[in-house]
Amino acid sequence: MREATAEFENPVMLYSVGKDSSVMLHIAQKAFYPGKPPFPLLHVDTTWKFREMIAFRDETVRRLGMDLRVYINEDGLARDTSPVASGSAIHTQVMKTEALRQALDKWHFDAAFGGARRDEEKSRAKERIFSHRSASHGWDPRNQRPELWRLFNTRIRPGESMRVFPLSNWTELDVWEYIRAEVIPVVPLYFAKQRPVVERDGVLIMVDDDRLPLLPGETLRMMRVRFRTLGCYPLTGAIASGADTLDAIIAEMRGSTSSERQGRVIDNDESGSMEKKKREGYF
Amino acid sequence: MSELAVAGPDVRLGSAETRPALRFLTCGSVDDGKSTLIGRLLYEQNLIFDDQLASLTRDSKKYGTVGADVDYALLLDGLEAEREQGITIDVAYRYFSTKRRAFIVADTPGHEQYTRNMATGASNAELAVLLVDARKGLLSQTRRHAIIASMLGVRYIVLAVNKIDLVAFDEEIFEQIAADFTGFAASLGFKDIKAVPISARYGDNVSARSTRMPWYAGPHLLDYLETVDVEDNRDGKPFRMPVQWINRPNSDFRGFAGTIAGGRARPGDEIVVLPSGKTTKIKAIYTAGGKIEAAHAGDSITLTLADEIDVARGDMLSALRDRPQIADQFAAHLVWMSNEKLFPGRSYLMKINHGTLGATVTDLKHQIDVNTLSKLAAKTLALNEVGVCNLSVVRPIAFDPYADNRDTGAFILIDRYSNETVAAGMIDFALRRASNIHHQNLTVSKAERSRLMHHRPAVLWFTGLPGAGKSTIANLVEAGLHARGVHTAILDGDNVRHGLNRDLGFTEAERVENIRRIGEVAKLMTDAGLVVLCSFISPFRAERRMVRELVDSGEFIEVFVDTPLEQCIARDPKGLYRRALAGEIKNFTGVDQPYEVPEKPELHLMAGAKDAEKLASDVVAELVRRKIV
Repeated sequence: MREATAEFENPVMLYSVGKDSSVMLHIAQKAFYPGKPPFPLLHVDTTWKFREMIAFRDETVRRLGMDLRVYINEDGLARDTSPVASGSAIHTQVMKTEALRQALDKWHFDAAFGGARRDEEKSRAKERIFSHRSASHGWDPRNQRPELWRLFNTRIRPGESMRVFPLSNWTELDVWEYIRAEVIPVVPLYFAKQRPVVERDGVLIMVDDDRLPLLPGETLRMMRVRFRTLGCYPLTGAIASGADTLDAIIAEMRGSTSSERQGRVIDNDESGSMEKKKREGYF
Repeated sequence: MSELAVAGPDVRLGSAETRPALRFLTCGSVDDGKSTLIGRLLYEQNLIFDDQLASLTRDSKKYGTVGADVDYALLLDGLEAEREQGITIDVAYRYFSTKRRAFIVADTPGHEQYTRNMATGASNAELAVLLVDARKGLLSQTRRHAIIASMLGVRYIVLAVNKIDLVAFDEEIFEQIAADFTGFAASLGFKDIKAVPISARYGDNVSARSTRMPWYAGPHLLDYLETVDVEDNRDGKPFRMPVQWINRPNSDFRGFAGTIAGGRARPGDEIVVLPSGKTTKIKAIYTAGGKIEAAHAGDSITLTLADEIDVARGDMLSALRDRPQIADQFAAHLVWMSNEKLFPGRSYLMKINHGTLGATVTDLKHQIDVNTLSKLAAKTLALNEVGVCNLSVVRPIAFDPYADNRDTGAFILIDRYSNETVAAGMIDFALRRASNIHHQNLTVSKAERSRLMHHRPAVLWFTGLPGAGKSTIANLVEAGLHARGVHTAILDGDNVRHGLNRDLGFTEAERVENIRRIGEVAKLMTDAGLVVLCSFISPFRAERRMVRELVDSGEFIEVFVDTPLEQCIARDPKGLYRRALAGEIKNFTGVDQPYEVPEKPELHLMAGAKDAEKLASDVVAELVRRKIV
């Protein structure tokens, strides 16, 4: 993190409000201690995030005194892009991937920290820690710079940018154990609680507001659930769980037989779909 | 928890205990079963999730090579393209932990054309699992991988003799392979070599003792990986901390942040800042949350110093007594990683210990055949080739030989134009002569000569295709300048090749050296106060930039003589295009060698449209405008 901050003119930290972002932000606090991280946070808001995420985000920023930039793709909003009406693929493309590109261009950020980990998904396993992006934010997995030792090649041409993934070598379990060890606050949605959910295509979707109409045959029920990963609420599956403490979450995870992104509707479109999105500029 | 202060690639929480994760790489020939072995390890540790297994089973039917069985290799061969080709083309990282230890696995490709990927995986690994197919024994690829691992400083080897089921679990075959390898590797400096007979596909000796090889009494693979001690006493080494970041939250606090690359630090320790050589003491050590009393190798910390002395990013803080070497010339091993070849003489950027500076390979001593370790004569290095060379950097730097410290003895080379990482380097030793050559300060300065001559010195660099009209224009410009009383000299491609550079031919490497020498001569002439007119095809941006950086700023005037190729061919004053197009001349710019167009020349002459007299007067006018003459 210090490496990127030293080498780039205008870095930014992508803050998605999830647990990885919380850990990344915490590490930034430590890396620059006793100073403050010398860069702003950027949240790409799709307008469909859980309400508790937004509340947590605002509280965190206030607590740490960080500069937060929120970006919403107004053009996408104007076209009524939503996960309900447009489907998950178009919603993600317009409100996340395109919005991120627009935000990076708007503020001329030349380096963006992200909380992605290599253990999340197959194509992310080949991601670099310093990952070069073309002027149009595309990723070329065939043409990546080798990363040796801890010597990172940070050189880019004007207009190009770098994505930096400080948590590349962490696993989901590492993240939770670190959160426990360092007492890092996370969004309450990660802890089990009675929540209103509906089962759709085998996934438990929490109904967070009145924008998600029930389909015929669907019923709303209260269930004790929690989330392993957080995104847009209509696209994020909950798991039935009683784990309401960090210890319980870690214990549950050690016994888990399914991967973290299973609840992500967008990954299951087809095999290799994450790689396709990344080439287009998705994180 | 201080080792977690910043997540570098090595820093990761071992979930089983606080012991750091073991980083190992798997290597071996194509189809020896590397990916299958890791897939099997994960599977047997119940580390493959249900949904991953479902997708694996689905993919196995589509791409798999093992019939109805689950093809574990598919779990690792992530990217779509390589899945379809059935080979691993990049380094894939995997993470798993058992009750006893956490692991980071780098799975690297087997093909010879991926030597660079293997070097990448090895650079951060402490141990290598080298797979051998029991039916084939040691192959040249096996030897190559052992050599690369050794060169990159991997000191622990597990020789996994795989597919032992296909040789009927034959003890003699296993023993023979193990003995062959031990004999071969005797000179490679490994601290430990452990041979294990396994079957990755069926799981024999992978994470449980196989019942099918009662003759084998050693540990199974996972057992060995969980217990092997690879600590090489980094704490016991002399203190080193390359400065990564100057921490200045306010005017009262000035700290120096970095990761300790060797030894320990305590408040009160005497240290020296290198290369400046100023000494001071450590005042305090900070991590998040406050001051600490001691920090160890691998810790990420911020230090404050007792005295106010100049420290910059890229400097090294070191123990007072046991200091690193300081030099601007040294010998090193290079692993070449770019499709574009190494050119001795070309200026690259070197990144070492958080500093970036200009570096040149001054002498390529030999190439190393990585299959046999024998030395080959070489003028250049191509992708995946390894060589030993002398390097020269623009200012002295502090470092340790790579064999003593992997963190402070490693560097990468970056191409100045493409920003590509072109080489990985490991420093062997400083060249003594570096400290003996000092620049002689001259009594009469450039400015004083300039006053006497009534004009400023400059290098007018005419570049363009053969037959573009460079020499013609340069001659006219010189005549014009001479008439105005300007002291000039001309360096012309053909003339220089008759004398100074008559030992050089026209390969890319020799063209680079040609330009380097001319640049140095032009620099001497500007020191003497002259306006130097150089007309050279000089097809590569990198070399033109090298000359630009040799002389003072504002002194280099790049004149792009831009004549369309068709027009040059039509003119063909020396009949060279005709011969090149007929295949009689090789490496001819514009025909079978590229010309890299200048991006921002000081002067761009559209030489196709105007006559030479007019163009020459444009050049003189530009010199007047720049107040050179």
